[in-house]
Amino acid sequence: MISVRGLTKRYGGITAVDNLTFDVAPGSVTGFLGPNGSGKSTTMRMIMGLDAPTSGTALIGGLPYHSLRWPLRTVGAVLEARSFHPGRTARNHLRALAAAGRIPRRRADEVLDVVGLAQAANRRAGTFSLGMTQRLGIAAALLGDPRVLLLDEPLNGLDPEGVRWIRGLIRSQAAAGRTVLVSSHLIGEMAQTADRVIVIGHGRLLADTSLDQLTALGGGSLEDAFFGLTEGSHHGS
Amino acid sequence: MARDGYGFTEVAAAEWIKLRTLRSTTWVAGLGLAASVALGAVAGLNTKTAGGDPTSNVLAGVILGQVVAGVLGALVMTSEYSSGSIRVTLSAVPRRGLVLLAKAAVLGLAGLVVGEITTFASFLLGMAAMRPSVPHPSLSDPAVLRAVVLTGAYLALTALTGLGIGAILRHSPAAVATVAGVLFVLPLVAGATRAIGAARFLPELIVGNSLAAVKQVQGFTWSPWLELAIVAAYPVLLLTAGCWLLIRRDA
Repeated sequence: MISVRGLTKRYGGITAVDNLTFDVAPGSVTGFLGPNGSGKSTTMRMIMGLDAPTSGTALIGGLPYHSLRWPLRTVGAVLEARSFHPGRTARNHLRALAAAGRIPRRRADEVLDVVGLAQAANRRAGTFSLGMTQRLGIAAALLGDPRVLLLDEPLNGLDPEGVRWIRGLIRSQAAAGRTVLVSSHLIGEMAQTADRVIVIGHGRLLADTSLDQLTALGGGSLEDAFFGLTEGSHHGS
Repeated sequence: MARDGYGFTEVAAAEWIKLRTLRSTTWVAGLGLAASVALGAVAGLNTKTAGGDPTSNVLAGVILGQVVAGVLGALVMTSEYSSGSIRVTLSAVPRRGLVLLAKAAVLGLAGLVVGEITTFASFLLGMAAMRPSVPHPSLSDPAVLRAVVLTGAYLALTALTGLGIGAILRHSPAAVATVAGVLFVLPLVAGATRAIGAARFLPELIVGNSLAAVKQVQGFTWSPWLELAIVAAYPVLLLTAGCWLLIRRDA
């Protein structure tokens, strides 16, 4: 559903993403792992058409993002928690988005209910806690009932209850046959959630494997496998 | 058959919701309107002889109104960047030119309505405040009606100039300073350097000496409609540049 081919992003002399190639399949959760600054966010921004690749392509269902006819109904993304005007209410933020995707207005209230923000619908989003902003971001991502979900560090700033809730949501989306790509810099966060992992370091692909195989690589420890891979990538550059 | 894929209608609907659901925008626009009209009333009170141009006098509030219009126009774009909502906006509408086109259409129309309300209210209140001994210009005089209508349109065009500057600069403080520069500093520079020929190309001088004027002012011999076209060239050029940059740059 998501296919990335030779994706590269350079800023001046710095290569943030280096010739990445991978696929993200529907019906399972794919963890996108790497230390901070390894190029995960840049890759996701290129998939979303926000940043232009220096070379390579990122396709969703065979199309570049900007060619999607109904982007909101195809892809839902949470790239950064604070991606809304602080002076606008949660409901109006979602209603404006719904209008852009010709999605019925009532969907705004439905998704607010799904993420547990129904009580805060008329509050200005600038007054939200970090956990609430994550929930609002997810509400926006779910608005168009998309087949593909992209979540960049969705567990940041969440309390244990929020973490459990997002994990459940991610699993249920994959179980419903959707394509789910979730990034994290903490392998432990992925252990209970991902079926497959794509590990990158310094913008390069280090592993594209099942969680079980990665654990085996670390002699039974997922953490050891992750650090082994990402430490090794330093010498390569 | 239903059209497949989003287009201008959807994006304009979204931008209209965004424009009218910010309390700060509504308040600032309302206060700007009220203050401009109040200035017109004061100018009416102070118009004691028919020697000058009473119509132009009571439209003096536009000098304040243009700042409010230009700044609000700039913020329509720059607030997307300062808040991070640009990511969501461009994810929903990856055809970026359409985003700016829809913003311009919605802001331009809203600006025109608010601008015309401002100038008509300024004129009517200004006339009511003017002492009876001074001959009152009337809206039935085509030149007077033209002055009121074009001055209102000027406010809408100034909002679009702000939008274009915002799209180019992306940062609120820089954009607001540039709006003020275009409106106030360029006329000062033209005055200081005695570049009198440049005056008829500068928006703030055009509105005061041509658009809002019923009696011709020295140096402004061109038709007010031509001067309006010159004012309109600012947003056209700035929005074209802003659109090109919006498409080209990483968001």
